[in-house]
Amino acid sequence: MRGRARRWASVTLVRHLTVAVLGVVAVTFVLTAVSDFRAIQLTEMAYLGTAAAGLTVLTGLNGQISLGHGALMALGAYTTALLLPDREASTPLLLVVLLAVLVTVAAGVVVGVAAARLHGPYLAGATLALAVAVPGIALHFESRLGGEQGLPVAPPEVPGWALDAGYFLTGEDPTRTKFIAYVAWLTLIVTFLLLANLSRSRVGRRWRAVRDDEVAAELAGIDLARARVSAFVVSAAAAGAGGAMLALAVRLAAPGSFTLVLSLTLLTAVVLGGLGSLTGALLGAGLLTFLPQVVTDVGTDAGLSDIQAAQLSPLVYGVVMVVVVLLAPRGLMGTVHDLVVRRRRPAPPPPPDSPHPPSRAGAVSTTTKGTTP
Amino acid sequence: MNRMHRMSGLSAAMLATTMVLAACGAGGRDDDDDGGGDGGSTVGVTDDTITVGAHFPLTGVAAPGYSEIPTGAQAYFDFVNAAGGVHGRTIDYVVKDDAYNPTNTSKVTNELVLKDEIFAMVGGLGTPTHSAVVDFLNEEGVPDLFVSSGSLQWGDAVDDRPVTFGWQPDYEIEGKIIGQYVAENMPDAKVGLFLQDDDFGADAEKGVRQFLDEQVVEVQRYTSGNTDVGPQISALQASGADLVLAFTTPSHTALSQLVSLKLGFKPQWYVSNVGSDPDLVGSLLTRFSEGDVEGSSGSLDGVLTTQYIPGVDAPDNPWVQLWQKVWDEYGEDGPLTNYRIYGMSHAYAFVQALQAAGEDLTREGLVEAVEGFAEDAPGPQLAPYRYSADSHLGISGLQVVRIEKGVGEPLTPVLTSDIGDTEITEDTSGQADDAPPESGIPE
Repeated sequence: MRGRARRWASVTLVRHLTVAVLGVVAVTFVLTAVSDFRAIQLTEMAYLGTAAAGLTVLTGLNGQISLGHGALMALGAYTTALLLPDREASTPLLLVVLLAVLVTVAAGVVVGVAAARLHGPYLAGATLALAVAVPGIALHFESRLGGEQGLPVAPPEVPGWALDAGYFLTGEDPTRTKFIAYVAWLTLIVTFLLLANLSRSRVGRRWRAVRDDEVAAELAGIDLARARVSAFVVSAAAAGAGGAMLALAVRLAAPGSFTLVLSLTLLTAVVLGGLGSLTGALLGAGLLTFLPQVVTDVGTDAGLSDIQAAQLSPLVYGVVMVVVVLLAPRGLMGTVHDLVVRRRRPAPPPPPDSPHPPSRAGAVSTTTKGTTP
Repeated sequence: MNRMHRMSGLSAAMLATTMVLAACGAGGRDDDDDGGGDGGSTVGVTDDTITVGAHFPLTGVAAPGYSEIPTGAQAYFDFVNAAGGVHGRTIDYVVKDDAYNPTNTSKVTNELVLKDEIFAMVGGLGTPTHSAVVDFLNEEGVPDLFVSSGSLQWGDAVDDRPVTFGWQPDYEIEGKIIGQYVAENMPDAKVGLFLQDDDFGADAEKGVRQFLDEQVVEVQRYTSGNTDVGPQISALQASGADLVLAFTTPSHTALSQLVSLKLGFKPQWYVSNVGSDPDLVGSLLTRFSEGDVEGSSGSLDGVLTTQYIPGVDAPDNPWVQLWQKVWDEYGEDGPLTNYRIYGMSHAYAFVQALQAAGEDLTREGLVEAVEGFAEDAPGPQLAPYRYSADSHLGISGLQVVRIEKGVGEPLTPVLTSDIGDTEITEDTSGQADDAPPESGIPE
């Protein structure tokens, strides 16, 4: 019995699926317990986390940098807005999300092909241009894309089956806010599941090989350009899904939502959490979601005026960033991972791919491992 | 074999999960509606407090000037609270920073409505920002009073937005009134339009073109995120325009003035009341030019604009005297400014609405009270409000003035109108000449 269990645990897919199912259960419990307001914050954490997961795979596993993921989120958000212009629009939500991802993937291919030829600062510059240019498109095609004021998004009514399921579980009808939160977290879990599997697969190993040593990877028969483009496309798809969720949560797709700051926020989440770690991306997203509000509240409680309290949060944000980079240069998850590894050191090191029990949530430990030098 | 085990194992896990979920579920649905047929919503109201909220840009590019509005409103609410509040309730005013970014507006409004549980939104600022939340507020039934923006959408579609009210004159009547003024007084002027590329510019253009369609030689637009207005000003110069009507925010007024200086473009300017505060534009000129231009309150001298409430340039006005007194007693550091007066003015209107709504305060009652505002209700506004069950548009008129030494010198009497082809008439209500009640608090 134990032997079989262990063999099972060694099957990546099974392990990831188990974690995903546990994730769904946990999300259901949390979301039924919290207020509508917390649900909205958790939705924000989910869409930032989804997009940051895409970026962490790109940067952590493939070594490419992107300052343009905010723009890719914009594509997902605008697609959603165009498909859900009013309450009567009957486009099913699943289809909306898939189309949003598809549009972003198309853009990801184009950008990815260009990006595959560039390195370091040049790549950063090219993706930066994307972040600056995409909001401009919305301004240029004002009549179609709403210009500065953006396009309103009408989140669909909660479907009957979801109402019934929600009522069955909690005794009350889920509000639309809660429903969107469920959708956002399901999207996050599906995205994480796919990314975790991909990074453990042959594709993921190629991405790492390209990151670690191009010459060696090429000698091993890996097509560098193809590996880079595929990493960019996968990453873009995650950003598109995150963007679609952002549009549903904010009920608006406007250029002001997709400034360079958003792209940098995603990068911050990834750096704070630890490059290449999906848990890290989620952790970073959570920090960025909750930190500003906590800081502002603390400031107000300490007797600062509204203006001073509002100015406090960017300051603390910057300080946290500096402190993390100084004290935990490999990010929060990277540091946790180092600690775990150090504690284990006395024991003989396990063979590279042996099934050791995951130190953290399983889906993630597989990817953190990937970043270990 | 192994595969079969796996399948059965998985389905066992699924089954177990389902059973756990079912066990903690509430089972079937009872079809009884909760019979909540009482007087209306009293969220945010207790026996001795009323919590209201607002979103303003306290940080970021739009913060200069606009971040002062809530300090004015806060001072007036403190003044009212010190006198015992309204019907025994003090006003708790929660301001959140949205940095003029619609995504943030959506976030902070969620926070205000769902976490702080505000009774009403009072004076949320900005067209692109507030349009991100207006539908949410209406769905939740949160009274959305006196939006700090002159977009038509706050008041011209009462059926769609039953709880939203504008306050300042909408941009269309401003456009109409200046359009008629120009048509009558400068019939030969070649008119250039310089517009913000959203409802602000669009609504204003609609009004202006009713009178000046033939005279307009060039239209240029800018987006509020872009600080380079060189191309637009060059195009206006090239078109030969000798009168430019600018519907701009203070930052873009200053930017356009700087570029015009650089290009040697010297038309007669009209600047919308939104962006013509002489003190603020003067200080922005200094800042944007990094000291090359000595900006002061006199920097806009000779420029035409409009006004709809008395400002700091009229220290003898009884309303301004009230604001000065309130600010001296309850304000923060810094002088009384036009933005603080703006905040106090709509705070005054809100207190007026609370008084009218009576002791049994509900959200529905508040909306009805504003719809039923008496036409001659005293207030700082120069022209009466237009509130009714069919229109939630605010102040009905303004006065064209020329700025001289930082002071607005009237060129016309107070002119009133309404949207569409309503005629422009001289205001006869005497609204401009009223004075605040002795106590400073509406009765």
